[in-house]
Amino acid sequence: MQGMSPIVKNITRLVAGFIALYGAYTVLYGHVTPGGGFSGGVVLASGLVLVVLAFGVGLEQSVLSDAAAKLGDSLGALLFLAVAFLGYGAGMFFVNLLPSGETGRLASAGTIPISNIAIGIKVGAGLLSLFVALAVFRRYRAEQRSDTGMEA
Amino acid sequence: MDPVLLLLLALLGFMLAGSLIAVETRDLLSSVICVGAVGFGTSLVFLLLGAPDLALTQVVVEILILVVLVRVIITRRDKTYTASRATLPVGLVLLALGVMAAIVFGTLVTAEEGGLQMRRFGDPLLNEQAEASIMAPVGEPEVALTKTEPRSIGGAYLKHGVKSAEEAEAQVAKHLPKPPNASNYVMAILLDFRAYDTLGEATVIFVAIIGVYAILRKVGRIRHAGNVADR
Repeated sequence: MQGMSPIVKNITRLVAGFIALYGAYTVLYGHVTPGGGFSGGVVLASGLVLVVLAFGVGLEQSVLSDAAAKLGDSLGALLFLAVAFLGYGAGMFFVNLLPSGETGRLASAGTIPISNIAIGIKVGAGLLSLFVALAVFRRYRAEQRSDTGMEA
Repeated sequence: MDPVLLLLLALLGFMLAGSLIAVETRDLLSSVICVGAVGFGTSLVFLLLGAPDLALTQVVVEILILVVLVRVIITRRDKTYTASRATLPVGLVLLALGVMAAIVFGTLVTAEEGGLQMRRFGDPLLNEQAEASIMAPVGEPEVALTKTEPRSIGGAYLKHGVKSAEEAEAQVAKHLPKPPNASNYVMAILLDFRAYDTLGEATVIFVAIIGVYAILRKVGRIRHAGNVADR
């Protein structure tokens, strides 16, 4: 999969940072404003998919590697599970034992922001790895049987 | 009629038309684009019904899925689905359309007179009164809400889920669960009251991605490169 035209590449350079910023905002402020870990993670993944589509898989193999996506997926899941087990500090699974704080502040709602960050990392990395798997493995297949006329 | 209701009906018609075209068209690319249009219509419906969290999630997931599907379609060689059209599916689609139209008519038009024995649009089954009795912590006296028109379950959350620091401390001193104090009600439900559900959902996504890797991985392709028929 080669990259796209210079116009697409330049616009991607301009826009990708803002997409990532919006994704991070959606994840971090999930307990204050509409949004949350899942939608923010999907926004992050869409930004990365845009970069992969515009610049081709070459960049993906150097910076956003398959292994890193898998690692992020697993780490997010483990972090969420750790939050769940943290509840045993107060006697039960999933007890929100951190201080609640003041409503509307960023540092409020106990363990909810931490769970949001975990889910954001997990969903973002997971969907990116899904896309990369489709793109990379397709290319591999196309190389294997280039006579079928399939492009990567 | 309520302008929001009119907009919802227009969106419903748009989505019905889009899904019919998606089912009936021969061109796979137009079919995928029609599915995307239906998804965006769903997102607008969520927004109009006052669920911005769902609308945001729907829109971003729809964009990502559309990109992936369009990529898959345009890298395939055969662009059209050439199987012969069966009469039974078309008939079933028309039947489903009729049933949907009847339900929508029964709900929206005759609701004021209690037609079809359906609840009024915008009057949820789990109203403030029911929710307050469910969410009240153990030991707190039974809540008696005023018998006003029940509109949402948000009021119950404001009563039990959001409290000042002193009230929260008093509640903890009485060994009652602490209020989550999140201003986003949806997140308080997803990650505090029903966090088990969210853990299960996260597990489902994890397992789905493992499944995709198991199907697409290189090792399996190399081993069966000689005899696999992957299309």
